[in-house]
Amino acid sequence: MAEAPPDATRLAAEARDRVRFEEEALALSDQVYRVARHLAGSREDAEELVQETYARAFRSWRSYTPGTNLRAWLLRILTNLNIDRGRRSQRAPQMQPLEANDYYLYDKLAESDGRPTDEDRIVERLSQDDIVSALSAVPHDFRDVIVLVDIGDFTYQDAAQILDIPIGTVMSRLHRGRRILKRELAESVAEET
Amino acid sequence: MSIHDDPCAHCEEMMQPYLDHMLSEDERVAAEAHLDECDWCRRRYRFEESLRVYVRQIVSEPMPVELKAKLAALRLPLE
Repeated sequence: MAEAPPDATRLAAEARDRVRFEEEALALSDQVYRVARHLAGSREDAEELVQETYARAFRSWRSYTPGTNLRAWLLRILTNLNIDRGRRSQRAPQMQPLEANDYYLYDKLAESDGRPTDEDRIVERLSQDDIVSALSAVPHDFRDVIVLVDIGDFTYQDAAQILDIPIGTVMSRLHRGRRILKRELAESVAEET
Repeated sequence: MSIHDDPCAHCEEMMQPYLDHMLSEDERVAAEAHLDECDWCRRRYRFEESLRVYVRQIVSEPMPVELKAKLAALRLPLE
């Protein structure tokens, strides 16, 4: 039997690599969506963003280096697309008032309860609506980092690469972003009581 | 500033890096020594830890099933 011509062998190997890439990428789609849901403004935007991301990823699969972090590679495409969609027109971070200290939310919740409570249960005073709306009120630059690190479970290093910012900036935005989130949560508690 | 100047204020500064496992060994030991003896800070650290877990659980939405099918349909046909 004659050997397959070199071109055919190469094409077959490439097709195999591509199918493997697509399957690995699709297996990560739940995790990609979970992050996208809170990077984008709405569920509909998140769905569109994830579809655009996968369409682009499938087209440019050759630029992915096998063995590197595919989830971070997909999120890099997704955050770039999200920025291209013009979401930067929203309020700038410097417009934010200074947020309270790190213990502020605990103090607020414990005080509104009026009696000593188990710390693990105090968080349950925050409703799903409180949390979802507080997170969406955090300005994008800070929210991106919180969503990647605290919800997407990316390392500081991955978040820095995905957003193309220095690791020191990831850390400072994370710290400040968490404070802004807690201030928003404290405000929602104050409104309810 | 040393932790001895105002232990609770310094402990608060160390909370985020502590929970992110970003403190140096010396800082971590100092933070834990303070937490061992300070109920006030310990409560606030525990709260912060539960808050992170809680926020993560609350905001995690499963992907719509139709979206999964749409993504699979975006795969390029084999030549």
